Amino acid sequence: MSIKGKAFIAGAYEHPDREIPGKSPAQVHAEVALGALADAGLSLSDVDAYFCAGDAPGFGTISMAEYLGLGLSYMDSTETGGSSYVVHVGHAAAAIAAGKCQVALITLAGLPRSGDFGRPPFGGAPEGAFENVFGPTVLGMYALAAQRHMYEFGTTSEQLAAIKVAASHHAQHNSRAFLQDVITIEDVLQSPLVSDPLHRLDCCVITDGGGALLVVSPEVARDLDRQCVKVLGEGEAPKHTNNGRIDLTHTGALWSGPRAFREAGLTPADIDYASIYDSFTITVLETIEDLGFCEKGKGGSFVMDGALHAPHGKLPFNTDGGGLCNNHPANRGGMTKVIEAVRQLRGEAHPKVQVPDCSLALAHGTGGSLGTRMGSATLILGREDA
Amino acid sequence: MSENSLPTPTPKVNPETKPFWDATAEGKLLLKRCNQCQTVIWYPRFLCPACASTDTLWFEASGEGVVYSYTVTRRGQGHYWQAAPYVLAYVELAEGPRVLTNIVDCVPESVAIGQKVEAVFHDTGEGSALVRFRPA
Ligand SMILES: [Zn+2]
Repeated sequence: MSIKGKAFIAGAYEHPDREIPGKSPAQVHAEVALGALADAGLSLSDVDAYFCAGDAPGFGTISMAEYLGLGLSYMDSTETGGSSYVVHVGHAAAAIAAGKCQVALITLAGLPRSGDFGRPPFGGAPEGAFENVFGPTVLGMYALAAQRHMYEFGTTSEQLAAIKVAASHHAQHNSRAFLQDVITIEDVLQSPLVSDPLHRLDCCVITDGGGALLVVSPEVARDLDRQCVKVLGEGEAPKHTNNGRIDLTHTGALWSGPRAFREAGLTPADIDYASIYDSFTITVLETIEDLGFCEKGKGGSFVMDGALHAPHGKLPFNTDGGGLCNNHPANRGGMTKVIEAVRQLRGEAHPKVQVPDCSLALAHGTGGSLGTRMGSATLILGREDA
Repeated sequence: MSENSLPTPTPKVNPETKPFWDATAEGKLLLKRCNQCQTVIWYPRFLCPACASTDTLWFEASGEGVVYSYTVTRRGQGHYWQAAPYVLAYVELAEGPRVLTNIVDCVPESVAIGQKVEAVFHDTGEGSALVRFRPA
């Protein structure tokens, strides 16, 4: 049993704004839900399954189901941080394949740029007292991974910067991107060190916003006028400190990737376009290694060759500008990763970055803290006729 | 106790972790070892995550280790908002586990991966101490 070909993404919608003062988080969830439904040509009354994560206000799936007036036969509030929405597509496809539902809505929204940071995460975590007292920051935890990767493999700050540069080249074509200027490696290196070895420009943007997806059964997809995208495989994995034997140079992609490729019956060489989670430049570097797009430890030289640049690089990535330049709504980038992969497969990315004849795409999500305590998820999608 | 310039937020103690924190107040780093498979356990807990045995014993660690990774944090948050620059690090204890901590009593930029370090105890004033490390 697999989900391959048993579900389709029929609607995908990214909130157009990057700063949304004067609206509530629930309201933005609702706006993106309506946006995705309009994209698919469906209505709220068609939805029989709802998926959301820790950014959804209130009580799991229940509060937003009430707000939207949903009647549901299936619900899932799996929380794996920024990768949650990639996981949700896999879970929705599995539920559809099992006959539990036909039209699954997934929403993400949040307003961190406007100062609403949502619910505090990790409350009561058993590891908390042993770590929080030492002043860890999100950036600091990623910096620890970057430092170790540099030590083990000779990765350089220039190589990490090249990832931001590639994202900026794509973002210049996205009129909605939070950062639209093309930058250079020098620009990244000259931005202030925030947590060595990571500079300010190694980081993603902080934006308000949201997005939504509709995953539907083949029967529903067949009746829609909109071009759908086929779900071919999904893999997910938690990675934690493994009884204190933490390994900072690998991510959960080491396990989620092969699971997704096996389900899809594909290999990394088959992928035309990849959305790679990019909370920080080091996130991309470790992920492309672990997914098998290059050898472990060789990510630095891989990205220096222009591999990530669309449309003609070896692995065109994050053609919307990614979290690094375009949008990282609610500090969670998994939703926009799937949305840009859908645009590429529909041929609706910006013409300057549309990968020619794009028929197979990957979207990878990273939640939590790189290498330390994280949820990884890999989704493989194909054109409707794939 | 070494001289300390970093904040000492009080850790949240529960019945499962109280022996650990009580010992830190006496300048001792306690770890748990599994009595079945001998694995050293970090962070301390009710069972052995390697073999699921609940037969675990506290023992005193050497306090010796090496830096596994580090970062100079230049913008702290919460209790640390005025503490920057400070060194956040994973130290690999001689007993095996890699623990999150701070490296103190040195110039932040002088810290290096592989550097030998030793434990110091910074009293929180609440019946516990934070286990940090300094160059050995
Ligand atoms: Zn054991």
